[in-house]
Amino acid sequence: MAEIVLRDLVKTYPGAAGPATDGVSLDVADGEFMVLLGPSGCGKTTLLRTVAGLELPDSGQIVIGDRDVTYLDPRRRNLSMVFQSYAVFPHKKVADNIGFGLRVHGMAADEIRRKVSWAAELLQLTDYLDRYPAKLSGGQRQRVAVARAIVMNPDVLLMDEPLSNLDALLRLSFRAELKKLVNELGTTTLYVTHDQLEALSLGDRVAVLRSGRIAQCGPPTEVYDQPADEFVGGFLGSPPMNFLRGVLVEDGDTLRLDVGSQSIGAPRELRPYLGQHIHLGIRPESMVAAEPGETKGTGVLRGTVQVVEPLGSSVLLTMDTAGQQLKVQAPAGFRVDPGSELALDLPVDTRRWYDPESQLLLEVR
Amino acid sequence: MAEQTATRVSRQSRRRITSSPWLLLAPSIVLLALLFGWPLVQGVLSAFSGDSGLTLGHWQRLFADPYFLQALRNTLLLIVVVVPIQLVLALVMALLMQARPRFSGTHFYLWTIPLAVSELAAGLVWLSVFADRGYLNSFLVNLGLSESGVQWLNYDNTLTMFITVVVAELWRATSLVFVIVVAGVQMIPKDYDEAAQVFGASMWQRLWHVTLPLLRPSLQVALILRTILALQAFAVAQALTGRNFPLLVGETYEWYVNLQNPAVASAAALVVLALSLGTSLAYLRAMRQPDATG
Repeated sequence: MAEIVLRDLVKTYPGAAGPATDGVSLDVADGEFMVLLGPSGCGKTTLLRTVAGLELPDSGQIVIGDRDVTYLDPRRRNLSMVFQSYAVFPHKKVADNIGFGLRVHGMAADEIRRKVSWAAELLQLTDYLDRYPAKLSGGQRQRVAVARAIVMNPDVLLMDEPLSNLDALLRLSFRAELKKLVNELGTTTLYVTHDQLEALSLGDRVAVLRSGRIAQCGPPTEVYDQPADEFVGGFLGSPPMNFLRGVLVEDGDTLRLDVGSQSIGAPRELRPYLGQHIHLGIRPESMVAAEPGETKGTGVLRGTVQVVEPLGSSVLLTMDTAGQQLKVQAPAGFRVDPGSELALDLPVDTRRWYDPESQLLLEVR
Repeated sequence: MAEQTATRVSRQSRRRITSSPWLLLAPSIVLLALLFGWPLVQGVLSAFSGDSGLTLGHWQRLFADPYFLQALRNTLLLIVVVVPIQLVLALVMALLMQARPRFSGTHFYLWTIPLAVSELAAGLVWLSVFADRGYLNSFLVNLGLSESGVQWLNYDNTLTMFITVVVAELWRATSLVFVIVVAGVQMIPKDYDEAAQVFGASMWQRLWHVTLPLLRPSLQVALILRTILALQAFAVAQALTGRNFPLLVGETYEWYVNLQNPAVASAAALVVLALSLGTSLAYLRAMRQPDATG
């Protein structure tokens, strides 16, 4: 077990237009579960492969524990990896697959058998040890890949979208199981995914990547509640965060965001932006929809319902507010017809303010 | 009314569907029967029949011929030496290609050129190398390593003749194995090798535990093809040594063309057929996949 320190990692693939990772620095504490999250092509897999040693960085440094492993062979880094395609050897039985790493390290046969049965027990594979992978389901193959990784007792566990090839139901159950397993083992884990739910549910911390850079790194709740920039807010959440454009105006001694025919209160810390454009970010589930006239206050906007989508656990409304579109998540029992007017309450503590040029979060507290 | 038409149409199309495979297969069946089936039957018949009905006389003549046992020995020796070397060479070449060095595309084409050269032409090229006043000898003389060169193809020096045939065959036919192995290597997903690296396997361990087992189907095809083709080796040895280094197919040719005896030639050809069948079956049996697929 060990911590991981990444310093200014730059990697450009030959022939690529730009760098795949562009000066990434990241500290992962001992025993921490760190999730790398981002859209495809953001460099998260490259970063993971660089840590594994399957790619060498152009510059930068990787330290695992106390060892600089930047240019070390993968096999000398004492880590293990779960591949997206599982990469379970088709010509080896489940037991030989799980014991592969131990065997090439020259461990004694009965010691291997003991460890393999321990890992098989953990992943409920005991009944399948004598089978070939072709006779297993996708979920079972994934379990073999995880067992093969944890049996090594590695310093670092790397996972490259391990759940993405499973069907939705299996993914959900295996996600919880994986979390429990890694928690119990306490292994430092680097986990790559493009699935925000996976990231939020599994990670101690989540690093959101965008075009080879870390846009934000923090605990799941922080990354979700206080997106550091509009990209993170727009990437996390389904539907993502709404952004309202408006001009900051003065109203007596308070500030208001003018979004056309309506306006909404703004904190006084934003005074430097007076008279300028500014973006208001708000999560769909933070807004409270009600019949017009029921709520009044500085935090209320009116809008017209355009689309109503019942989703079972909630109702998704697409609203038009002063010419801008808003997605609003209303409770499951909420009834409204398209075309009708609604009042939207935007609670003060859920409003996030962004600079329209840098798209960065503005601190207001 | 419309329904009736529909059923008639479907019945017609069903009949067409069941008969169409045979229709499509017919040309190749006819071709195979004419060009392979009939000559095979004829060959077997002529090998076992003489003027007065069935006989083993042709076989006795064949086995009594001192050249035949030599040819049998030479052919088997050639296979035992050439095929393993070719497999290893082709594997090394394919793995080098896989590492994607600079100009790997050019290397690929250079290494496959011998595929396009006719067997006889290859033999003649190597004759110009190994002849008494050939390129190799002039090279050795110029370097001062030898006074008048080595008589590589001298009729009573079986060892050097064997070496020249081996070298020529290696040059000529390794590319076939290479092409098959390259195709096989490219079929293996990279993840397996990367997984092996991450889990601590050295280069040899990766080769032994991952690449070779996953290459098994390609190696099997290459081995069978190469062995059968090596059993049929003929023109290279003929060009280099004439009948001084006899091979089985060369003997078949000798009996048929020069000795004007098709019956004994058929018997010799049947020996080649039996050996091909036997080795192919042995390979398939020995290299049968464990219960890994399906």
